[in-house]
Amino acid sequence: MYDVIVIGAGVSGCAVARWLSRYELNVCVLEKCEDVCEGTSKANSAIVHAGFDADEGSLMAKLNVRGNEMMDDLAKDLDIPFKRNGSMVVCIHKDELDGLKVLYERGVKNGVKGLKLLSKEEVLELEPNLSENVEGALLAPTGGIICPFELTIAMAENANENGVEFRFNTRVEDIKKGEDGLWHLRTNNGEYKAKYVVNAAGVYADKIHNMVSADKMHIIERRGDYCLLDKEVGGHVSHTIFPQPTKYGKGVLVTPTVHGNLLVGPTAIDIENKEGTATTAEGIDALTAKASENVRNLPMRNVITSFAGLRAHLEQHEFVIGEVKDAPCFIDVAGIESPGLSASPAIGEMVSEMLKEKMSLKEKENWISTRKGITRTEGLSIEEMNALIKENPAYGTIVCRCESITEGEILDAIHRPLGARSLDGVKRRTRAGMGRCQAGFCSPRTMDILSRELGLSYEEITKSGGKSNIVIERTKGEV
Amino acid sequence: MKTYDIVIVGGGPAGLAAAVAAKEAGNDSILILERDHELGGILNQCIHNGFGLHTFKEELTGPEYAYRFIKQVLDLGIEYKLNTMVMDISAEKIVTAMNREDGMFQIPAKAVILAMGCRERSRGALNIPGYRPAGIFSAGTAQRLVNIEGYMPGREVVILGSGDIGLIMARRMTLEGAKVKVVAELMPYSGGLKRNIVQCLDDYGIPLKLSHTVVDIEGKEHVKAVTIAEVGPDRKPIPGTEERYTCDTLLLSCGLIPENELSRAAGVKMSTVTSGPIVNESLETNIPGVFACGNVLHVHDLVDYVSEEAKRAGQNAVKYINDGCKLPAAEDKVIEVTATEGARYTVPSTINVDRMDDLLTVRFRVGDVYKNSFVSVYFDDERIMHNQKRILAPGEMEQIVLRKSQLQEHEGLKKITVKIEKE
Amino acid sequence: MEKRELTCIGCPMGCMLTVSMENGEVVEVAGNTCPKGDIYARKEVVNPTRIVTSTVKISGGDKERVSCKTASDIPKDKIFEVMKDIDGALVKAPVHIGDILIQDVAGTGVDVIATRNIEIA
Repeated sequence: MYDVIVIGAGVSGCAVARWLSRYELNVCVLEKCEDVCEGTSKANSAIVHAGFDADEGSLMAKLNVRGNEMMDDLAKDLDIPFKRNGSMVVCIHKDELDGLKVLYERGVKNGVKGLKLLSKEEVLELEPNLSENVEGALLAPTGGIICPFELTIAMAENANENGVEFRFNTRVEDIKKGEDGLWHLRTNNGEYKAKYVVNAAGVYADKIHNMVSADKMHIIERRGDYCLLDKEVGGHVSHTIFPQPTKYGKGVLVTPTVHGNLLVGPTAIDIENKEGTATTAEGIDALTAKASENVRNLPMRNVITSFAGLRAHLEQHEFVIGEVKDAPCFIDVAGIESPGLSASPAIGEMVSEMLKEKMSLKEKENWISTRKGITRTEGLSIEEMNALIKENPAYGTIVCRCESITEGEILDAIHRPLGARSLDGVKRRTRAGMGRCQAGFCSPRTMDILSRELGLSYEEITKSGGKSNIVIERTKGEV
Repeated sequence: MKTYDIVIVGGGPAGLAAAVAAKEAGNDSILILERDHELGGILNQCIHNGFGLHTFKEELTGPEYAYRFIKQVLDLGIEYKLNTMVMDISAEKIVTAMNREDGMFQIPAKAVILAMGCRERSRGALNIPGYRPAGIFSAGTAQRLVNIEGYMPGREVVILGSGDIGLIMARRMTLEGAKVKVVAELMPYSGGLKRNIVQCLDDYGIPLKLSHTVVDIEGKEHVKAVTIAEVGPDRKPIPGTEERYTCDTLLLSCGLIPENELSRAAGVKMSTVTSGPIVNESLETNIPGVFACGNVLHVHDLVDYVSEEAKRAGQNAVKYINDGCKLPAAEDKVIEVTATEGARYTVPSTINVDRMDDLLTVRFRVGDVYKNSFVSVYFDDERIMHNQKRILAPGEMEQIVLRKSQLQEHEGLKKITVKIEKE
Repeated sequence: MEKRELTCIGCPMGCMLTVSMENGEVVEVAGNTCPKGDIYARKEVVNPTRIVTSTVKISGGDKERVSCKTASDIPKDKIFEVMKDIDGALVKAPVHIGDILIQDVAGTGVDVIATRNIEIA
């Protein structure tokens, strides 16, 4: 029996788990996939929004601005990269300049600091690769870029170190209130009981919610296609470049990533399919065309991968965070679409405050607020490298040549709390396989390491859990 | 750390042949740096035959061909380091590398030979729509899994791209018990050798669909099906021509990209056509003493030509050192070599007559299939070579041979142009 | 008269060859644009042969598969019989280039030999 069960190990669920882990509580996170950050959290713009988009007074606006404020300290505590590169909403039609003013004013009301309207000359000086048609821009210096995998993984690891349990490959199939007054969660891995349930199930949050409530929820899966470009062209723009927002969202952006690539996307297509992460040619063509309106000479021949993510969109376009009216002790964290990543620390804080009050929680005396990330070799001097290799020779072997990831880093990723068990698990923790050759070179080498360290046969190694096995059998049978 | 005259980056066919040639040219201070655990490079996984007809006048498999050179490297006592990744090459020719035993180390070299080879174009770079499940491999990665590690990626296979590795893997997977359902090729012609189409596809009844591409990949966790469609002259899929193939594996053989991250970081100037360094008659880059050969310079069709080219790079590196590491001649003595009208590029891009051998092979590729056409060479505006060819195809490397005397006769020659002419 | 269609492998032209045969003998080769096509067609219709390359299981070595080839051409219609023998074979390390791994594979009179060295682990 748990005090709290969190359904979903995405960025919201992991944030809730991390903030709850500071209290004297038994907390368990149930995740249907084999790792954290497998749904909406893994495929988005990787942006920490400034907070001028959401309507004044909305929960979205409040949590966005709060999450943004919290990010510096959180990134420091969790040892993850975060950069305030600043974002820009650019305007290429004179008659839309008024729109920028509306955004500016809304941002000021939302409490966004440092907003500034720029003239054409000022914009082009900051971003020489923007379209010559640009008429002006709104600059938000507090906009930032972050790695969504690292943020989610770091919060999960920190929660786990503080006693939060994680159950992977565990899909919640039904939820009932038992006669014992507890929530009974039937899963493919047996039954779990808890006093409180937090529903952070992303695009499945409606399905989970509807198991306990008569007031039905409907999440619309809004697909976004993206292209990721080679680091060689990562400096094409330095700010995150947005067009003017529309009713479908913030539009197609062009941004550097915190690791130095260039990211272009997303499209916005409503699909009503919770697993519909297939990209389409139309989608990719559309985002190229859209992005090219604002950014000149977009180097699309340097695309290293394309992907699609699903936003968990609710009709009212607002976060739904709170106790379900007809299901006491059941808390929804639903409709977490953009700016969900930015807001995630604030979501964790909000839900933990809510439960603290309800359950009169006591803080742990020995709560560990920090987490040490994987020891990165990138950028180390020869002396530092040699000290590391002397301590552990595995740091002397490069496994991923594109991103220069060593075996030492991969071993760290496998053996740390909630360690990697698949190629994608290694990739998201270390970046091995995330570079320009897209794991063509390192995947057999990473498979060797996973096989040796986890005692798995080659056939058991997966790309990302489930049935995603890389190979099926030996040639000619076993020796 | 010991210093060396010549550091060779890569111990594949190019690096090995360059090392042997440099040693035979009289240099005893050579080091090969190889990232894999054995010498030989990609040849070790190319277990099919067809290598060495030009070099050894017999048909060898990849590992056999590699071993001919490995044995020479061993017999000549040339030094090499395995499991060693080169991390950086500076414009001053200081090579920074790393392995478990030596840690990270730097070697100041008099000459550096770039022989890093190439990599395959990935699914991501091809922008193929659909899901991103397990079961999608570049043909070379699958080749390594099957031939070296001894594992089968799947049982039902669709292949996109009819490059030679794709064709070879169609046969390999078939012989290992898989069903290869179709090979789709975007272009109206195959990039592979005719012989491979007959012996790897026709022999096993595997259909080759030209002007076709993959328009959808199904399967969230693992590949379940692939849809291909015909493409028009604009290479865009034609609606209504889609055909769906159930399968568990998609292999991609859609082109090779010279692996020049180190070269770029060193400041080596690149050709946008070959994605390899721009070199002169000595296979020397814009950085004096930095030479390039093999697939890192331009993607070759036959390994025999790699060996030949690498031999020249090795010899020229020794010559460079013996001449006191002098800078190449002033630009006014340099003749530009360019490709136009059907010819896509030339290697080399410049010739300094004083430094050229009596005979110089200029290699190039064409951009389309040409039947009964002429390979013409112009010295400035004067056509001096006009060779009829029954067929020219993008998959095959072409060559012309220039005589030193011929160039010397043309005083004031500024530009040599290679083009394909109808008549 | 029997007619067989072939694609010439002599060069990238890929000439479509038509071979006319009578009582198993080649009467005429048409469609070729050079003598290579004629030679290829006569051999290919009467006695098509291939080199087979694959891998053989190996124990005690630093690898678990050793690459191999038939020492010379085998009849094309025997390819899968040869593969059956290759699949069933198991050799012990060390093995060196040219070592015979299977004698007289599938009754073809041709041996399967190693194409790389595998040392004892």
